[in-house]
Amino acid sequence: MCLCAWPCFTLPQKVDAMPLMVEKISEGTVIDHIKAGAGMKVLAILSDAYPLSKMAALIMNAHSRKFGRKDIVKIEGVFLDEKIANRISLVAPSATINMIRNSKVSGKRQVKMPDTLTGILKCPNPMCITNLERAETSFLRVNDRHLRCRHCERLFSPEELA
Amino acid sequence: MHDLVSIRDLGKKDVEAVLSEAARMEKMPPKKSGELLRGKLVSTMFFEPSTRTNMSFQAAAKRLGAKLMTFYPSVSSTAKGETLGDTIRMIDGYVDAIVLRHPYEGAARYAADLAEHPVINAGDGGNQHPTQTLLDLYTIKKLKGKISGLRVSLMGDLKHARTMRSLLYGLGMFGADVNLVSPSALRMDEEVIRETKGMFGINVSQTSDINLKGVDVLYVCRIQKERFQDKYEGEKMQKEFRVDLEALRGAPEDLAILHPLPKVEEIPPEVDSDPRAKYFEQAKNGVPVRMAVLYLASKG
Repeated sequence: MCLCAWPCFTLPQKVDAMPLMVEKISEGTVIDHIKAGAGMKVLAILSDAYPLSKMAALIMNAHSRKFGRKDIVKIEGVFLDEKIANRISLVAPSATINMIRNSKVSGKRQVKMPDTLTGILKCPNPMCITNLERAETSFLRVNDRHLRCRHCERLFSPEELA
Repeated sequence: MHDLVSIRDLGKKDVEAVLSEAARMEKMPPKKSGELLRGKLVSTMFFEPSTRTNMSFQAAAKRLGAKLMTFYPSVSSTAKGETLGDTIRMIDGYVDAIVLRHPYEGAARYAADLAEHPVINAGDGGNQHPTQTLLDLYTIKKLKGKISGLRVSLMGDLKHARTMRSLLYGLGMFGADVNLVSPSALRMDEEVIRETKGMFGINVSQTSDINLKGVDVLYVCRIQKERFQDKYEGEKMQKEFRVDLEALRGAPEDLAILHPLPKVEEIPPEVDSDPRAKYFEQAKNGVPVRMAVLYLASKG
């Protein structure tokens, strides 16, 4: 079901009789193949990064041949920059980003957690110098489960950082 | 080596270079060592209390012939709210090297990013204290002639002690066999152990029992009782993890007992006169090791 605030799907008179409809977007981004349950986190990253006036839709537990169940996020009028895509990779490492132009998929790529994430995340350690001074944060990928803060050297899971 | 921020920045060759330079410094006549940094200025910036680290850095700089400029946070513009970044940028313009201790983790990395001159980390909160690790490795090598293959027990509060995490990394680098001895509630972070084992392929075992049979080096640190909400629990753990003469009965004759100091109850004073107690010698080694670090940093 869609949890967004906009009327992006039509409530049928008889719920059982009609499929759930989500509007197509003509210009924007569809983030597909999000592990079921992680869609809300992706939406939280997007709402943090982009103005609230953008229309967005979250589809949860959609059928997926690959994963069984998946979440999908659509956002109108927004094309993700690299920094946001990197943040999304922390909570949804299997996600694919589809760019939609003129109602057609104009580009598709899978998110990839980069080796270094600089300047986009806050260190969760309150005693890290980056939370005292205006030092740019940087996290180094140790493995799929951990990233290390370049400053305080603590290990964090991707989800803790996202 | 330009800056010394973390033991993680050093490869085995870098550490060996420091240990070998420290050995040279220790043997060098003061007249000769006093020429090595003559005309240079070193600033010690300690934002936290320190005895050994501060004094030994001062001794090291003076023995190398450098002049010291001591920064006192309480009577500086820090007291007016000046940021660490601004303070570092300014002092960097006055001196040839900065020795920094700060309660915030990563402060030395941040300072090193800003300063043009070398920054030496003298402890950044609960994170790193690389010169302590280097002097620990130096002491072990000096006492035992090698590090590789030694059986080393690290004992105490392994969850909170930065010294132990860094030392495990350093011992891993040299291929020691490490046994971690701590109360189960104060065990070292599993990820730190897994990473060290993965990087260096060393054996690391864990136990809650003190067994000194076959141990070459016993490295003790205190139980950080201030971190316990239940003070009694902290006291109880300290009593169990205590190296007294009774615990040392049957331990190897050539065991070396080390401690980063200050020691409180974990090693009672009667152990100090045991020939196996090497912690004061270890503290003394802080001077040649810090001389080596300052000298190598000045060379870049």
